[in-house]
Amino acid sequence: MDHQHTGLIEKDAHGNVLTDFEFEKEDRNIMLAFIGFAFVSVFLGAVAGFLQMMQRAGWITLPHWLTYYQLLTFHGVALALVFTTFFIMAFLYSGVTKTLGGSMPKITRTLSWIAFFMMAIGTLIAIFLILTNDATVLYTFYTPMRANGWFYVGLALLIVGSWIISIGIIIAYARWRKKNRGKPSPLFAYMTIATIILWLHASLAVAVSVVVLIIPWAFDLVPRINVSLTRTLFWYFGHALVYFWLLPAYIYWYVNIPQIIGGKIFSNSLPRLTFILLILFSVPVGLHHQLMEPGLHSFFKFLQVILTMAVVVPTLITAFSIIATFELAGRSKGGKGLFGWVKKLPWKDARFFAAFMGMLLFIPGGAGGVINTSYQLNQMVHNTWWVTGHFHLTFASSVVLTFFAISYWLVPVLTKRTFTRTMNRLAILQTILWTVGMILLGGVMHFAGLKGAPRRTAYSTYGEHELGITWMSYNQVIAIGAVILFVAILLMLYIWINLLFVTPKMEKTLEYPIGVVNEKANEPPRILERWSVWIGVSIALSVIAYTIPIYQLIVNQDPGSLPFRSW
Amino acid sequence: MFDMPKFEKIWLSIGVGSLILFLLISGVLGVAMGLNPPDGLENTIEPEQVEAAPPFNELGVKQIGDNEYEVNVLSFIFGFDPKEIVVPQGATVHFKMTSKDVVHGFHIPGTPVNLMLTPGHITEYTHTFNEPGEYLIVCHEYCGIGHEQMYAKFVVE
Ligand code: HEM
Ligand SMILES: [Cu+2]
Ligand SMILES: [Cu+2]
Repeated sequence: MDHQHTGLIEKDAHGNVLTDFEFEKEDRNIMLAFIGFAFVSVFLGAVAGFLQMMQRAGWITLPHWLTYYQLLTFHGVALALVFTTFFIMAFLYSGVTKTLGGSMPKITRTLSWIAFFMMAIGTLIAIFLILTNDATVLYTFYTPMRANGWFYVGLALLIVGSWIISIGIIIAYARWRKKNRGKPSPLFAYMTIATIILWLHASLAVAVSVVVLIIPWAFDLVPRINVSLTRTLFWYFGHALVYFWLLPAYIYWYVNIPQIIGGKIFSNSLPRLTFILLILFSVPVGLHHQLMEPGLHSFFKFLQVILTMAVVVPTLITAFSIIATFELAGRSKGGKGLFGWVKKLPWKDARFFAAFMGMLLFIPGGAGGVINTSYQLNQMVHNTWWVTGHFHLTFASSVVLTFFAISYWLVPVLTKRTFTRTMNRLAILQTILWTVGMILLGGVMHFAGLKGAPRRTAYSTYGEHELGITWMSYNQVIAIGAVILFVAILLMLYIWINLLFVTPKMEKTLEYPIGVVNEKANEPPRILERWSVWIGVSIALSVIAYTIPIYQLIVNQDPGSLPFRSW
Repeated sequence: MFDMPKFEKIWLSIGVGSLILFLLISGVLGVAMGLNPPDGLENTIEPEQVEAAPPFNELGVKQIGDNEYEVNVLSFIFGFDPKEIVVPQGATVHFKMTSKDVVHGFHIPGTPVNLMLTPGHITEYTHTFNEPGEYLIVCHEYCGIGHEQMYAKFVVE
C-alpha cells in the first residue's frame, strides 16, 4: 500500500507489484502448513470426484476394494470439510496478520499449531476409515447408518481444532482493539471476525450432535439414537457452513480485488453491514434442507424459508458494491462511455480473472438457490442432481475459483517467489478449463435433476426404465465435464508446485493486495463494531427458529434407532 | 449513513419487493391451498415393530372412497414393499410410509411426490394422479451399498 502514497510503484520483470512487507517466518510456516494441507485435500478430492463420475456414467468399473460410495464420502469430506476449513483459516490468518500490524502474537501462533495438528490428525483418522470402508456414510454422516466410532472422533477433532485457531485470531483482534480504542477495525479483520462468529455459532450445533449424541452411540454406550434430532442439528450447521465458505470469497472480492484492479473500496460501511446480515441469516434457516421430512412442523419450515430468503439483501448489496468498484476502477483508468470501463479491467491477470469467472458463475448458481429454497418448488428438486449441480456452480466454482485466485499471490507472498508470466498464463488457462468443466458438470446436473435423477447414486439404469436411460444420456455429458475438470486440477497442482518450490526467489516480496477505502466514504457506524449486540441477535433468531422444532423432536421421540451398517 | 447511492436504493427496493411478492405467493399457496410439504408431527412408531400394528401390518393399496385410496408403503434396505403400486387414472392417493431401518427417500419423478422416510416417523402425503403412465419410484437418499438398486414401480392406468 505504501507505494500509493509515495507514487513509486516497484515492479518485477513480470509486471507484478513488489513491496517491502513480508510476513515473519513463524507466521509464514503456519500459513504454509494450512495451505499445503488444503492443496493436497482439494487435489485428492477432485480425483475422487473424477473417478466417481466415470463410474456413474458407466465409463469404468471400480475394483472390488473401492466402492462408489467410498469415493463419494471421500469427495465430500476432503472438499467440503477439510480443504475449505484449512484454506480459509490460512487466508483469514494472513489478512488479519497483514492488517493488524504485520505479525501475530505468540499465543496465536501456539494455538494455531495446536489447531493444525488436531485438524490434521482428525482428518487422517477420518480418511483412513473411509479408505478401509468403515465409514462409508458420506460427509453428512446421517444416522442411523453408523460408521466406526473413531470416524466421528476424527471429525470432532477437525471442528474443535478450527475453533482453537479461531480463538487465536480473536485474541489477536482483541489486543488490537485494546490498543486502538475508538478506531474502526480494518475491513479485513472486521470481516474475519464476522466469519469466525458465524463458524463458531454454527459448528457448535454439529459438535453437540457428534459429541453428545453420536459418539456415545457409536461406541455402544447407548443403544439408540434420535435420527431426526441429529439431522436437524446437522442442518443447523450445514447451511451456515456454505456461508462460511462464501464469506472468505466475499472478503477477497470486497477487500483485495479493488487493489488488484487499481481501484478503491467503494464504501466502508456496506461491506460490514453485509457481513452482519449474513451472520444473522445463516443459522436460523437450516430447516429448508428438511422441508420434505416428517417430524418438523410446517410453520417452522415456512418461517425458516422466509429467513433464508432474507439473504437476498446482503447478496444484492454485494453485487452492487462489486460492480460499482469495478466501474470506478475502470473509469479512473480512462474507461469512457457506458461500458468502456469494462475493457480497462485487468482481464489478463489471473488473480482477478479467476475470481471474476467465479462471480459470473455465482449468478446462475444463486438463481438456482432461490428455487431450492422456495417452499413448493423444492418438491421438484429435493435430493435430485439439481442440488449437486447447484453447489458445483456456487461452491465448487465461485468459491473455489476465488480460492485459486487467492493462491496465485498468497503462495508467492509466503514463499517469496515470483508469480511468473508463464504461471499467470497457465492460471488463466486453468480458469478457463475449470469454468467450462463446471458449466458442463454443474449445468447439466441441473437438467438431469429436473428430470428426476437422484443425487448420491452409483451407476444404475433402474432396470432399463425409460427414465433411467435418459438420465444415463445426461451422464455422458457430465462425464465430459469431469474429464475437463480432471485436466484442470492436474494443471492446478502443477502451478502450485511451481509457486511453492520452483519459480525464482526474490529479494522483495510480491504485494499483499489490501484495498484502500475511497476517501469520500463515511466512517462506519459504531453499532456495527459492537459484536456482543450481533452475537445476541444471532442467538435470539436461532432460539426463535429452533427451540420449538427441537423441543418437538425430543418430546415426540420414538424409541430411537439402532445402528446399521448397510454398506 | 451506509453511503448508499440512489441507484443502490432502487436496486435494493426492487430486489426486496420481488422477494416479498414471492414469499406471499408461496405463503398463500401453502396456507390457503394446503400445498404444504409433509409434516407428520406426532406420528412416531418403533422402527422394529412397524409390521406388527396398523397401518403397516397391511401394506399396499386399499380403497377408501370414490377413486380414493390409502397406500401404505414400507421401505427397507434395499427395497419398497409393495414393489409395484397400481391405481386408476384420477385416483387420489393418501400415502402412509415409513422405514424400518435407515433413512430412505421416496420420489416419483414427474410428480411432486418427493418425500423422506425417517425411521420412527410416519410420512404422510396426498396426491391426485391424473396422468396415466408407468412411473418410477426411486430411493433418493443414500442408504447403503445397494442404494442405486432401490426402486419400485408406480402405475396409473
Ligand atoms: C474434478 C472436479 C470435480 C468433479 C468431477 C466432481 C464430481 C462430483 C460428482 C459427480 C458428485 C455427485 C455424486 C453423486 O451425487 O452421486 C459430486 C458431489 C459433490 N461435490 Fe464434486 N466434483 C468436483 C469438484 C468438486 C469441488 C472442487 C468441490 C468443493 C470444493 C466439490 C464438492 C462436492 C460436494 C460437497 C459433493 C456432495 C457430496 C455428497 O453428496 O455427499 N466437488 N462431485
Ligand atoms: Cu433407500
Ligand atoms: Cu437409498
